[in-house]
Amino acid sequence: MLGLLQGAVSLGLLWAIMTIGVFITYRILNFADLTVEGSITTGAAVSATLVVSGMNPFLATLIAIFAGMGAGLITGLLHTKLKIPALLSGILTMIALYSINIRIMAKANVSLLRVDTVFSPFTAMGLDTRNAVIVFGLICVVAVILVLYWFFGTEIGCSIRATGNNPRMIRAQGVKTDTMIILGLVISNGLVAFAGALIGQFQSYADIQMGIGSIVIGLASVIIGEVLFGTRNFMNTLFSLMLGAIAYRIIIAVVLELGLAPTDLRLFTAITVAIALSFPVFRTYLGTLIKSIKRGP
Amino acid sequence: MLKVSNVSKTFNPGTVYEKVALTDVDLVLNEGDFVTVIGGNGAGKSTLLNCVAGVYPVDSGTVFIDNANVTKQPEHVRARFLGRVFQDPMMGTAASMGLEENLALAYRRGQRRTLRWGISNKERAYYREQLKTLELGLEDRLGTKVGLLSGGQRQAITLLMATMKKPRLLLLDEHTAALDPKTALKVLLLSDKLIREHQITTLMVTHNMKDAIKCGNRLVMMHEGRIILDIGGEEKKGLTVDYLLEKFEKASGSELVNDRLLLS
Repeated sequence: MLGLLQGAVSLGLLWAIMTIGVFITYRILNFADLTVEGSITTGAAVSATLVVSGMNPFLATLIAIFAGMGAGLITGLLHTKLKIPALLSGILTMIALYSINIRIMAKANVSLLRVDTVFSPFTAMGLDTRNAVIVFGLICVVAVILVLYWFFGTEIGCSIRATGNNPRMIRAQGVKTDTMIILGLVISNGLVAFAGALIGQFQSYADIQMGIGSIVIGLASVIIGEVLFGTRNFMNTLFSLMLGAIAYRIIIAVVLELGLAPTDLRLFTAITVAIALSFPVFRTYLGTLIKSIKRGP
Repeated sequence: MLKVSNVSKTFNPGTVYEKVALTDVDLVLNEGDFVTVIGGNGAGKSTLLNCVAGVYPVDSGTVFIDNANVTKQPEHVRARFLGRVFQDPMMGTAASMGLEENLALAYRRGQRRTLRWGISNKERAYYREQLKTLELGLEDRLGTKVGLLSGGQRQAITLLMATMKKPRLLLLDEHTAALDPKTALKVLLLSDKLIREHQITTLMVTHNMKDAIKCGNRLVMMHEGRIILDIGGEEKKGLTVDYLLEKFEKASGSELVNDRLLLS
């Protein structure tokens, strides 16, 4: 049981970085970005390929982040300069990345067995793999949270938030909204690729299929985090996202333990997200129902 | 100050939805002018304002602000000259951001945004002072999300945002039309006070003839995309609604004044 929890927490911490990336587009920019399905794989593919070729894993991870940022840039340009709708821009980049990711890896997957990863320095200190991931994952997530907390408080960060909130208003204040949308997508996909790179190194392989369904996992984690751990202020929200990603992994571990087939997981996740997203509708419906009951027949 | 020359604008040209909004409009505002613009629905009042603000490009003609040709400049570049308040009170502020954050966004209008912190403590004191002048008790609610405030409060904040960093030109687009009469009056009086205090050159579109007569030193009437009346100076001071209606009928050659214009 403890092992199960350890596994869920370690994987959850890595996915938390991806969740925060999804939060930036979905909540802050108000942009449903599907690029992430491709850029998470890009992150894993780039870092795995470079690590196998003998590069320092930390440097490889850094380059993977830049690759993800590039993917976000493409989506941003498609949307702002070529006026392609947000959803479609993301889908186009995602589809293109499938081919690009195979080009990067030169095959459908790259194995990282018996190669040094970013977690190796921690296992060398005597930690087992899962604990190493928990330690390094936590360091990364907290660092990401602190940097983002600072960034979204700066003048540029505030302008990105306002762009997602009321683009007309912030244009009237002299901000070029196109640039802000691109910047948000770049940051988001950089984080997603970062998560992809870490997840690949943790699982010891990068696989072309690993991104499929990741957007739904990200959304599920965002919503679970917000509902369970609150959104009182920005710092609280960011930590809620981290806890949400971990909670999602724990839920998955439990339903698997209860006998759900791993292939049914996506159905389960989709249903969870659908219920969570439709929550306001149910609340209104329940509200009127309760009122009418109180009023009597 | 503002020089609009020969500006024409047609929406959806060449389609069944084609709509001529402006035809060869000429308008010059001098420093310190407070011009009110009236006219029926579809007269082109808002289009004129939006063409000045750069919301959409003009088909022909030029727009100069402060001797700078801004005709081809996008909206966010022109913003450095302009303060704007919209008809929809929800439009001028970012609802999910705090009151002080909204003010800070506006206080940096026309400046390069950097990685400096979004609000300094010094500014905060200044915002509190500015909010006090609105007399809405907002000075104690700097952290409140703007979405929680009423339409009237939000419109007052938008006005403050548009004028706090003094614009070269203030554009008011029927900014009291969506408010209840009492609040509308309050916001109008506030606008008038801010404009006088800071001596801001202003272009105000309104549906309300009485407001148009009461405010400003010049009145412009539009009809079917053209300016048909431009009254200033002493003549403006003596204006009445009846006189305006009569002028309107004569100038436009029609007796049809739409209901909204009459009732308001």
